[in-house]
Order: sequence, then structure tokens, then C-alpha cells
Amino acid sequence: MEREKLLCLDEAAAKIRLLSLEAVFNAESGHPGGSLSIAEIIAYLYFEKMNVDPKNPQKSDRDRLVLSKGHTCPALYSALAIKGFFPEEEIKTFRQLGSRLQGHPDMNKLPGVDMTTGSLGQGISAACGMALKALKSGYNYKVFAIIGDGESQEGQVWEAAMFAAHYKLKNLIAFLDFNHLQIDGDVRDVMNPTPLDEKFAAFGWFVQVIDGHNLEEIDKAVNAAYSSEKPSIIICNTVKGKGVSFMENKADWHGKAPKKDENEIAVAELEAAYKRAMEVRKNG
Amino acid sequence: MGNIINTDMNLKRVATRVAYGNALADFGEKYNFFVLDADLSGSTQTAIFGKKYPDRFINCGIAEGNMISVAAGIAASGVTAFASSFAMFACGRAFEQIRNSVAYPRLNVKICASHAGVTVGEDGATHQFCEDIALMRSVPNMVVVNPADATEAYFAIEAILNYDGPVYMRLGRFAVPVMFDKSNYTFELGKGVVLADGNDVAIFASGIMNSPALEAREILAAEGIDAAVINIHTLKPIDKEIIIKYAEKTKRIVTAEEHSVIGGLGSAVAEITSEFCPTKMARVGIEDTFGTSGKAEHLLDYFNLNAAGIVKKVKSIL
Repeated sequence: MEREKLLCLDEAAAKIRLLSLEAVFNAESGHPGGSLSIAEIIAYLYFEKMNVDPKNPQKSDRDRLVLSKGHTCPALYSALAIKGFFPEEEIKTFRQLGSRLQGHPDMNKLPGVDMTTGSLGQGISAACGMALKALKSGYNYKVFAIIGDGESQEGQVWEAAMFAAHYKLKNLIAFLDFNHLQIDGDVRDVMNPTPLDEKFAAFGWFVQVIDGHNLEEIDKAVNAAYSSEKPSIIICNTVKGKGVSFMENKADWHGKAPKKDENEIAVAELEAAYKRAMEVRKNG
Repeated sequence: MGNIINTDMNLKRVATRVAYGNALADFGEKYNFFVLDADLSGSTQTAIFGKKYPDRFINCGIAEGNMISVAAGIAASGVTAFASSFAMFACGRAFEQIRNSVAYPRLNVKICASHAGVTVGEDGATHQFCEDIALMRSVPNMVVVNPADATEAYFAIEAILNYDGPVYMRLGRFAVPVMFDKSNYTFELGKGVVLADGNDVAIFASGIMNSPALEAREILAAEGIDAAVINIHTLKPIDKEIIIKYAEKTKRIVTAEEHSVIGGLGSAVAEITSEFCPTKMARVGIEDTFGTSGKAEHLLDYFNLNAAGIVKKVKSIL
């Protein structure tokens, strides 16, 4: 990837983190940890790869993203706002009565949301349905999905894994946000889903393992997935709470909002990172 | 209204699932839709469609939760998807997928579940799902249809194809009398149908209990009791007007369904009458118990899901 593009995506990821935190802080609830860990994946998809149009959110040949780990929608909403699907100020309404930004994504309320999700395990199956429909109807669009490592404890993920391989859904590209933490602790202590790479390979998927915060690795992996004849899973090693020092690698920050003093520290850190990214981009 | 009821019901018996299979195959040309099944396509009869339109038939294997969410994904891409299995699994096992992947986003998924009720027969309690209508009725956005016979099932399929939104349709394994003549039948979603008028009691029947309800009417008539029989093929949205009208007219109501007395037709009717026109009523259905193995016809008698059972309940409130 060109350096200029890379720096733009870095900046977008930093802004996604900042807006995600703002959303959760304002809502006094939500899921910051997993939103922060997928910022680069979301930035890459919406600002580099996906063919979507904020002026025509329903266009039939668009690429789709199913955020199967729907609770991390602050990251998705932030990207959609930056992209222009709705005004950025609306981020402040997240989880409030009357808001289009529901606690979990609602495809009928918010433009740009391709599938209603929130109940773990179901999004990846819906993504399979979209991918199969595209193949059978002669569409060339891609269907992306983001699933969690904790989510992989759901049996339905493996039903979908079987389905995708059986129907050779080469247009399905899933990211697995391997941040190692779920609500009750380390995924390997709660209910060990590993080895995830070997499991998906055994199910017949094209498996790649990357650093999920490295945009060049994401780019390389997605491009490799484009030429695969199998469904793709990109297992992204990530840091839960990435970018906020006191949230990083803490299961406790899976699903709670920072208090005012905590938020000030978090905003300061994320703002500094955002400004840094902006300056680096401007200076080339 | 105006549908002709076959007088000799012993002439022909067809299961509603057979009508479903034929309807899918027949409507496959006029309408664009996908059909999904979970390894029961021979039983649910979706295999007929699968043979005719293999490109639009998707066997999902024994994974009903995934099947329902895949159907949702197809519908979210703009094409209607039918999803079939036994009611126990399509609706029972995959309840949460139906609620969250289908009903909440209001997607065009038609869950057509066969082998509902006790008439699955020999398979026994694990497969005899008598709680499906209770579950499906409670979910917002869901339309619930329970056809009386093969003719009604066939026409109901075209009606739900033309309806924009999620639908649950209950189908049976057991061959039941073909009550309606295909040549002049019309189906209107959400409308109760008066099969026979009467003044002393109104029997609201759903699904395969319509034909025993008509038999019960004959028995009652011989004893001087004038019963109306109303077919409630759409449990949701239910025809409130016709229920209130007949509650006020006859002052006595009996409901008849091959479903638990909790949450099905009996409950739906009582919800309306208790609020708008409190009416003396009795319910024929599965009395909060599990099924058991046996031949379908024996089970209907065993659970009093027959004309005699309806007559008994009518007399209990006269």
C-alpha cells in the first residue's frame, strides 16, 4: 500500500477510536474494549476497500459488512459517520431513547448498516446468506464479517463455517478479532476456542493470521483473500482496549463506560494519537 | 367467504406439507425466491422445488439456527427466502435466530414448518411441537398462519409470497380431509372465515381442527344446538372483528386447535374477548402436556382433538 494511503487509514483508525470512546462515554454504557481493537479493520474496510456510497446506501452491488460482534458498533458507527452516512454529531445520541444508533446495529434504523446483529453467532450466518445470494445472482460484491474470539464459542459460528466451505463462498471474508478477552476473562480460561487457525483450516477455510493493528498486513491479507477460492478468515491478533493505556488487555473494559476522570485521560491519549496521525499524514 | 366446502370429506386426504411442496414448485417460475431446508426436504416436501430449481434450493444440513440466519442474509440481499424443517427445530430450536435475525429486522423470510402438533405420530414427544404458535405469536412483526387443509395451504403460500415481511406457517405431516375446492378458493391473510353460521355457540377452529369442528356441528345440530364454525387460518394478525361479532352473537365460544391451550388460538381469542366482550368459553387443545408415540389418528382421539372432544366442550358451557 502507498505510504500516503497508509497514513490516511492510520488517521481514520485514530478518529474511529476517539469517536467510539465519545459514544460510549456519552451513553454511560457500551463496549469500548472490542470497539478499540477493531479500529484498523473497520478503517481499512470503509476507507480503502469497500465499495459503498453514503448517498446510495442500499445500492445492490455494494460490498457488505456484517458486524457479527454487534456490541462493538461504536467503531462501525464512527466509520459510517466519518464516511458521511449520517452527521458526526449523532454519535452523541448512541444508546439514547429515540436514537438511530442503537445499542446493537439496526439495519432498518441507520443507513450504512448492512445487517441487524447483536446476538452472537448469527451475523456470520447472515453473511453466508448474503455471499451465497451474490454468487447465485452473479454479483461480484464481497461480503465482509467481523466475529469475535469469544463469539467463536457459539456453536452457530461452526455451523456457518461448515456452510461457507460447503458452498464455496469465496466472496466471504471474515475477520476474527482475536483480542483474547471476553467478559469473564481470558477466552482460554473461560472456554478455550483455540487453535482457531487450525479449526477454520480443518473446516475448509483459507486462514491467515496477522497483526490486526497493522494496516499493511490487513491489506496484504485481504488482497490474498480476494484471490482465494475458499471462504477466508483473517485471524487478527489485537489488543482489547487498544489506544487507551488503562483499558488495554483488561477484560473489565469489555462492556462498561469510563467515568469522567477516566474519560479525560482516555480522550487525552486518543486525541494525542489522532493529532499525531494527522500531522504525520500532512508531513507525508 | 364463498369457498365451497367439500361435502364428502372422506373422499380425499392430503397433508398440508404436500400442498406446500407443490406450491413452491408451482410458484417458482412466477416468483423469485430461495428455499432452504435442514436435511428434511423429503419430509417437508421442499425437495419437489429442489428438483425443479436446484439453483435456488439450499440444503443447510442439520443446523437450523444457521439456516434461519442464512435465510435472513438472503432476504437482506433483497430476495425472499423460505426456510423449512420440522416445527420443533425450525421454530423451537431456532427461536432466537427467528426473533433476532428475521423478525426484528423484519426480513422477508417465510418459515414454513412441517410436522407440527401431535400428528407427527410415532416419533413421539420430542418431535411433537405444540408450542410453536405460542412462541411465534409473541414475536413482534411476525405473521402466523395455520392452514386448514391442502387447498388453503397452497393458496396461503401465494398470499405470503405477496406479503412483505416475516411469516411463520404451520404445516402438518398427517393427511387431512381436503375441505376446500381448489377451483374457486380465495385466501385473505388475516381474515377469519365463517364455514357455517350458527346462533347458539361459535366454534373457532384453526388448522386441521376445522374438519372435526364441522363434524361436531353436525352432531350438535342433531341435538338441536346451532353452532357456527369459523376458520381462523391467520393467528396473527387475528381477525378481531369476527371474534367480537360471534362472541356477541352466540354468547358462547369454543376454540379448537392441535396446539397447547396455552398461547395458541384459545389464548388469542380469550385475549380479545376478555378485553372487549367477556364471553363464556372453553378450549379444545393439548392440555399443557407432552405428546406421546402413536398413530396420528389414535393420538387425535387420545388427546380429545376430535368432534367428540369439541362437542363435549360445547356442552360444558351451554
